[in-house]
Amino acid sequence: MKTTLHTTRFSRIGIAVGAIALTMATLAGPALARDPAYEAARSAGQVGEKMDGYLGIVGGGSADLRRIVDDINIKRKAVYAQKAQQQHATVEEYAFTSGCLLISQTSQGEKYQAPDGSWKTRGAGAPERDSRCP
Amino acid sequence: MTCLRLTDFHPAATSSAMLADGTKEGRSGQCARRARAMMMGVAATMMTAGCISVNAPDKPIVIELNINIKQEVIYRLAEDASNTIESNPDIF
Repeated sequence: MKTTLHTTRFSRIGIAVGAIALTMATLAGPALARDPAYEAARSAGQVGEKMDGYLGIVGGGSADLRRIVDDINIKRKAVYAQKAQQQHATVEEYAFTSGCLLISQTSQGEKYQAPDGSWKTRGAGAPERDSRCP
Repeated sequence: MTCLRLTDFHPAATSSAMLADGTKEGRSGQCARRARAMMMGVAATMMTAGCISVNAPDKPIVIELNINIKQEVIYRLAEDASNTIESNPDIF
């Protein structure tokens, strides 16, 4: 029994180490904060958090902004896919759950997608979220 | 309209068919009646489907797909998703 527990624990550590290594490799160096251009676009309300767990462009974005958003969304999807597999959930389920949390975590002035699909600006109060959000 | 004779004809269990039962109506008449009843059924289905799309015309497809996601799954994943967001501050 103990051996089984240890094996599970070790394999989990292995997965975690692997995940970190993979993230590092993908980003080509440690990235501990948002890219300044991404941060600026968030603050300016040019990008917003969508309900599905991905970033969206509010209005017509520049080519540079689209590239940034696409890049982040691809990375997000990779993370969602990996974590969803560990949790025996679908990528969409994991992404949607993350979307709920990310909308909650938006700062004042940032954009998010309301349940009706429209873009809202985060105010002082709680954001409008899907009824299934935790 | 063609009427496929898969089985032997029997009057449909509708009031009109039952009324016509005693009149020894020809097969073509029954067929036409049957076709009319079917078309009415199709029309009714189409009307019902129309009602649903009228209620939600502006909703994006994303939301329609998300209906399949169950709340219990979201609650189960919430803690792990929170950790994932925290440990990837560059992309969230």
